Amino acid sequence: MVLGEKHRQEIWTGSVVDCDVHAVVPQISALFPYMDDVWVTWTTEREYPGPGHVATIYPPALTTTARDEWRPDDGRPPASELRLLRDHVLDPWDVDRAVVNCYYGIDNVRHPDLAAALARGVNNWLIAEWLEADPRLVGSMVVPARDPAAMIREIERVGSHPSIRQVLFPVRNDRLWGDRIYHSVYEAMVKHDLVMGLHWGGTTDGPPSPTGYASWFAEEYAAEWGNFGAHITSIVSEGVFRLYPDLRVSVLEGGFTWVPVWGWRFNKEWKALHREAPWMDRAPFDVIRERMRFSVAPADQGPPEAMERVLEWLGTEDILMFATDYPHGHNTDIGALLDVMPESMRPKVMSETAREWYRL
Amino acid sequence: MSENKETPANDPGAKVAQPPAGGPTRYVVARVDEIPEGERLLVDVGGRGIGIFRINGEFHAILQRCPHAGGPLCQGPLLEYVYADRPGEVHHDPDKKFLSCPWHGWLFDLKTGQSWWDPRQTRARRFPVSVEHGDVIAEATDDTQPGPGPYVIERFPVSVEDDYLVVTMRPRGGTRAPTDASI
Repeated sequence: MVLGEKHRQEIWTGSVVDCDVHAVVPQISALFPYMDDVWVTWTTEREYPGPGHVATIYPPALTTTARDEWRPDDGRPPASELRLLRDHVLDPWDVDRAVVNCYYGIDNVRHPDLAAALARGVNNWLIAEWLEADPRLVGSMVVPARDPAAMIREIERVGSHPSIRQVLFPVRNDRLWGDRIYHSVYEAMVKHDLVMGLHWGGTTDGPPSPTGYASWFAEEYAAEWGNFGAHITSIVSEGVFRLYPDLRVSVLEGGFTWVPVWGWRFNKEWKALHREAPWMDRAPFDVIRERMRFSVAPADQGPPEAMERVLEWLGTEDILMFATDYPHGHNTDIGALLDVMPESMRPKVMSETAREWYRL
Repeated sequence: MSENKETPANDPGAKVAQPPAGGPTRYVVARVDEIPEGERLLVDVGGRGIGIFRINGEFHAILQRCPHAGGPLCQGPLLEYVYADRPGEVHHDPDKKFLSCPWHGWLFDLKTGQSWWDPRQTRARRFPVSVEHGDVIAEATDDTQPGPGPYVIERFPVSVEDDYLVVTMRPRGGTRAPTDASI
């Protein structure tokens, strides 16, 4: 059974690539074998629990954060072990390949050396216990997002590992990702042929929206898509793709239904004001269609007729990629989404686009 | 071609008497020295708003109506050409100026009337059903140079005769509604 109710073959009989599944660090001691001794001592001396406590990612009392069937019965954190991923997603979906993302919140660590040490630990752990342990898996590396030089050092260290295909960028950040201080990071990524994975979450002391802090969880959740829009606007406007025309950007867990309508707006502003940023030499929405891909978890689905129109407005069959976002409980009805697509688009969404994007 | 040349005397830009119907008519619109270099004059000629620009010693006369959405084109700023291949490395050509419509910023080259679409040409990108495997969407062109855009403004010949500027244009047809171009 997949997604609680259906068998995989009822939804899709072709090849599947899941472009967003999570590996959750169960507790910080899981990273100790993969961290430098000095930082293990630092952690144990202070009884530091780590930045991304699982209670804050998939709080047990908040059932919408993880699907019920994906919470282990024995109370272990969801998605904290490869075997869970296999049992819950890889095998039932008969996945060809999956891209594993570990969001551990190291980007909110302000201690620059600890952040870098934790990044190394997470990347080493992910490679050893997940990516190298199952040939179906590739993954994203994490980086200490406050320090561009440290980001580059980590990219140079593990960026060319054969299983590493993407760098995870949190969508909550102190600055917009198009900012020039990050341009040399993109240069390093392109050198290692890595995708930029713009992902939900990030520094917990950063606002979830471009205009500030929410008062309630529901508001926070609903507001987060705004950060995705802000970062994409920044990346395109700052000329990142002029400098690095081969850079690929994935938008993960950011939705996609908002893209066309805002894309029209972006095009319009650019038509009138492009003299301000004369390196913007192409319609921004065209750049987005070419250089970016969006996962369908969540899909933020409206009624089928409306979804059909949205897909038409997106204007390309190549822009969406299937994801479960395991263990998150988005309740995306992937079958309903496939139904409103042209037939030719379905295999692209379910595997072909991600295969090309991540060189699988 | 009829000739109807009147001296504006103390009333530059004065409406010229209704010309006979037919071919292009010559209108004296201003004295040459009324338009300093880099400046412009907006006049009503035969019921139509016309803007006359003096740029690098040349005179250009265009219709005061942007072909995009009818905006008051001749009231827009003259903007120099700026370009950049990379963020942060901005260059300009002060001798190359475009008239920018104040409503939506469409740029026009006064020498040709052609709108200037600075970025590479774009078209609505509708992608056909394709069996090709994960193709890159946009066929990138090699042309990184600015190119002509979709609009052309109406230009009128301007000549300097003695001390006067003469614009040649067809008079407006009687059935057309009066222009709302402000002067």
